[in-house]
Amino acid sequence: MAGADMAQRLVQLLTDQRDAFVEQWVDTVVRSLRGRITEAELRRELTELYGAVLEALASGGLAPRAEHFAEVRSLLVELSRNRARQGFSPTETAISVFSLKEVLEPVLSGENDDIRAYLQFSRLLDDLGLFTVEEHGRTREEIISVQAEQLLELSTPVVKLWDGVVGVPLVGTLDSARTQVVMEKLLQSLIDSNSTHAIIDITGVPAVDTQVAQHLLKTVVAARMMGAECTISGIRPQIAQTIVTLGIEFGDIPTKATLSDALRHALAQRAAAGQAGGLL
Amino acid sequence: MTERVPVLKIGDVLLVSIQVDLEDQMVLDLQEDLSDRIVATGARGVVIDISALEIVDSFVGRMLATIASISRLLGAETVVVGMRPAVAMTLVELGLSLGGVRTALNLEQGLGYLNSARDKQLGVPGFTAGSPDTGAETR
Amino acid sequence: MTSVPVGSDPVQEVGIVASGDVVKARQIIRTLAQQSRLSLVDQTKLVTAASELARNTVVYGGGGTMRACVARDGAKVGVWVQFTDQGQGIPDLELALTDGWSSGKGMGLGLSGARRLVDEFDLRSAAGEGTTVTVVKWVR
Repeated sequence: MAGADMAQRLVQLLTDQRDAFVEQWVDTVVRSLRGRITEAELRRELTELYGAVLEALASGGLAPRAEHFAEVRSLLVELSRNRARQGFSPTETAISVFSLKEVLEPVLSGENDDIRAYLQFSRLLDDLGLFTVEEHGRTREEIISVQAEQLLELSTPVVKLWDGVVGVPLVGTLDSARTQVVMEKLLQSLIDSNSTHAIIDITGVPAVDTQVAQHLLKTVVAARMMGAECTISGIRPQIAQTIVTLGIEFGDIPTKATLSDALRHALAQRAAAGQAGGLL
Repeated sequence: MTERVPVLKIGDVLLVSIQVDLEDQMVLDLQEDLSDRIVATGARGVVIDISALEIVDSFVGRMLATIASISRLLGAETVVVGMRPAVAMTLVELGLSLGGVRTALNLEQGLGYLNSARDKQLGVPGFTAGSPDTGAETR
Repeated sequence: MTSVPVGSDPVQEVGIVASGDVVKARQIIRTLAQQSRLSLVDQTKLVTAASELARNTVVYGGGGTMRACVARDGAKVGVWVQFTDQGQGIPDLELALTDGWSSGKGMGLGLSGARRLVDEFDLRSAAGEGTTVTVVKWVR
């Protein structure tokens, strides 16, 4: 029996008992998902998927990565994405596909042709199942990278401290990706708020090593090139010790122990430069 | 035949606003034009507005430093204003620090700086007649 | 990385001969950087690097070509740029990549600076055989 005939046999089988198969399929899957998705929703998903698989089989045979399976794949992408977002595991996602095998199994006659057709169909479903696992993984990765980005955004607020002075309270470790975000936000806020001074407070930075110092230096130099001065504040005693022990040079960048010292320093500098200084 | 960057005179300040992507020849022409104009007008300050520049590479960066040095020799102080954040971050990474070039966030602050620098020189605090208001003092 | 990653967009090729071509190179790279959705800062870094390298091609290489495209490598997207010239070449690559080194007038930041602005950097050259510099900037 050739490939086309097998596909034909399967199409016939799947068409004849369409309603019964879909019903059983939905039943099996609902049980595996233990009620975390409504039966109505599942029925809609699986009916659509069933139709698409049937159509693909009818139009072009059993090669799952071929063009005529595009519709099936896009339905599976949607299904995997939804499952991943709702917190289902990859297994629970793939089972939606695999359990179609169980449905088909009891109705086969023992004939060789039927068995061969079933094996082919099973291989097809394996492939589609793996595809859902892949998609599930991809969606997870997307979610993680979006969250990482949100974390970056969350952890780098720029606040206005005074007329012409902005502050950046840094919390957490500074790597180069974060430094770039912090830098960009800080420099943009200088322009937006017309500020000539920025205070970078590192009270919440757990450790300062040469790399972190390097990142801070770059930020300060960039701000200077735009015409603004930076002060680094919140240097805790242990951090000051580490900085000296490691021989880190902050050059001529003013550093202060506390945010209030730094603010006083910035305001004094603004007053000296003839810029509106506020209270001083 | 290449375009030239216009040099405007406001009071005793020369204003250069770079609005196009600079060809190298334009950069060299600007350097020349500016030196001539400083001498011809007796300007005491030069403001170069680069807020429209999407990139500053080492060639343009070098030009800014050279212009600052030349005008200092001719008795004028240069302030580069309006550098974009992305440009500043790129220059840092490139290793160009524009040492010796005075910078300000925007035109207003640049002019304000030149005014207060001149007042200090003249020993007349708050003397601003004949030049645009700095804005910073009126807030 | 000296050849375009498989699956990338078609490569554009443009001659970099006169100093006006440096501006052209910058514009092409900016368009590609926008197409590949690099962040504004990364766009600026890449365009600046391309500007440095294009000028090197004109000034030291005696003119050459730039080839560039939106690069795709698996899930990664970025911009791939290659400058080739048939000039006198660079005798000592390591020295050429040191800050402050320059064979012509300038501050010697061109090559070493450009390297810091991109994610991948490959320099091939020998005395008398021209120079090929390939860089890639990936979207983070």
